[in-house]
Amino acid sequence: MDKIIYLDNNATTKVDEQVLEAMLPFLKEEYANPSSIYDFAKTPAKAINKARGQVKDFLNAESEKQIIFTASGSESANMAIRGVLNSNKSKKRIITSKVEHPCVLNLFQALEKEGYKIDYINVNSKGELDLAQLEESIDYDTALISIMHANNETGVIFPIEEISEIIKCKNPETKFHVDAVQTAGKIPLDVKSLGVDLLTISGHKFHAPKGIGVLYVNPRTVITPLIIGGHQERGKRAGTENVPYIIGIGRAAEIATDNLKYEATEVKRLRDKLEANILKSVFNSRLNTGMINRVPNTSNIGFEYIEGELILLHLSDLGICASSGSACTSGSLEPSHVLRAMNVPFTSIHGSIRFSLSKYTTEEEIDYVSDNIPSIIEKLTNLSPFQDELEALRKLKS
Amino acid sequence: MWDYSEKVIDHYRNPRNVGKIDDADAVGQAGSLACGDSLKIYLKIENGIVTDAKFQTFGCGSAVASSSILTEMIIGKPIEEVRKITNKDIADQLEGLPPEKMHCSVMGYEALEDALKNYTPEGYVGLDEIKKPETAEKIVCSCFNVSENQIWEAIKNNELKSVEEVTNFTKAGGACGRCKGAIQDIIDTYYNREKTEEKSTLTAAQKILKINSIIENQISPELRKDGGDITLIDVDGNNVLVKLRGKCSGCKNSELTIRAFIETTLRDAVSKDLKVIEVC
Repeated sequence: MDKIIYLDNNATTKVDEQVLEAMLPFLKEEYANPSSIYDFAKTPAKAINKARGQVKDFLNAESEKQIIFTASGSESANMAIRGVLNSNKSKKRIITSKVEHPCVLNLFQALEKEGYKIDYINVNSKGELDLAQLEESIDYDTALISIMHANNETGVIFPIEEISEIIKCKNPETKFHVDAVQTAGKIPLDVKSLGVDLLTISGHKFHAPKGIGVLYVNPRTVITPLIIGGHQERGKRAGTENVPYIIGIGRAAEIATDNLKYEATEVKRLRDKLEANILKSVFNSRLNTGMINRVPNTSNIGFEYIEGELILLHLSDLGICASSGSACTSGSLEPSHVLRAMNVPFTSIHGSIRFSLSKYTTEEEIDYVSDNIPSIIEKLTNLSPFQDELEALRKLKS
Repeated sequence: MWDYSEKVIDHYRNPRNVGKIDDADAVGQAGSLACGDSLKIYLKIENGIVTDAKFQTFGCGSAVASSSILTEMIIGKPIEEVRKITNKDIADQLEGLPPEKMHCSVMGYEALEDALKNYTPEGYVGLDEIKKPETAEKIVCSCFNVSENQIWEAIKNNELKSVEEVTNFTKAGGACGRCKGAIQDIIDTYYNREKTEEKSTLTAAQKILKINSIIENQISPELRKDGGDITLIDVDGNNVLVKLRGKCSGCKNSELTIRAFIETTLRDAVSKDLKVIEVC
């Protein structure tokens, strides 16, 4: 097994060759500190400005001043949330969803201990947000609402424009942070039409390297910095700029903009093909989300009465990389909080597999995976102690 | 990614003895669908010997490997020997499991225990007919339905010292975490009881007498079955000096025999600090 078929692009992506090429000079000869005064520092300083412009265009932000480079999506989200709360300590209520990424959820758990009151908005069985509950939860004391743009496990897209209208109507002073880590590079991002105050993205999800993130902060929003030190990032995030990685995310943002049409057509076509093939050929498979508005690259399929880690291990033997919402994979003992919030039945929650494609996924790869999944699932189905239930399901499907 | 041993990988890739025995003499099960792993084991027993074993498992790679190797460990073995198998034996046979995965070996042990509990030489009680007695067993972890007895057993069999270890072995405390305090209490009770038992009950002379009696009545008869024997030479503090005779002495496995059997038997019965030393 030499060939890798990488269908785990919501976890991380391959660095684009053009991104690497753009970065390399800044890892080699152009090593000057961009804050220095001499001519030698001009190239990196200019390159950072260019990258900031590229990211500004990618997000359709008001100006380069709205772009803060960070070290990760988690840092951006922490900076947004703490930054808003610390700049106005009189308000003590926060709203978020039950299906946020752990970097947001775990921060909110910490904030609860610090005295904040958090409302967690439910999702339905398709993974869609309960907007009525969200609207009811907003009051005069709501400091911040943090909602993800699309869910990392299911790919379900949340109606950010609509939420931002609701917020403006109920309490225009409430700040709105959006974790767009899973939409950057997959669907168009426009901070102005989305109506957000703060927005987080992470480079390694759209073919830049790991270790670089961005926080967008709109001109009307004030945040206090998390890291105090030098004047970098207009005093919002101290620390010498990570020049090569900033250049990387800038170039990746530019490439991603050009690639959005391909994501919406070709990547989506391959995802749909894989999904249809599996659902057709495996009787004990079900689409955990239903055919609703999702990012074009993600599919979350549950295999009933089989455990997910076992499926992943057998896929891995064929070089196929995917991920699972099963408890065993993470070592956490509990299955995915996202699938539990959706009330995915126990028969399939432990056997849920996420396939996430990228622009590098080929038709041959999708055919290979489609051809091999039925026999793997059949082998593992035969191991299951729930043969009577499986037989009943088989009859029901045929 | 888990760092699974070659043995674990081999067994989840090619599980042995998969399936169901329709006319099984004993059937056991452990785990549940909701908890994410579940195991059924079927045994065929003739004249006190397990002649066949099959399993069906819903679970991760290490759960399948634990079930698969367990069937290999028990086929051809007398029932008395099978009854002595613990989760640690299963994990050892697999050349170890990641700490977070030890509960998979415990599930194998529990299914086996369940099967043998329902088995009597006169006749086997089928799984469907078993009416589990309404025991007053106290459930400590309601997320994973783990009882006080199960936690106690795991602590005893694996010398668990922390709540985290108990979670790795039994899953208890792995979800909402509300029972972590109760688990700590069980750990404290277990080790306090052990300590007080040791201190209060045995004087030096009583200890020697007890060791001698265990060797004569429990260890020596077992060794004689294999054509060997054992004599107690001296007890020096916690060091038990013994001499092995017959087939046991000089055999390559004698070191292993001492550690695995004599020492465990003495430790279980007298004190966990005992050390067995072979003298010539």
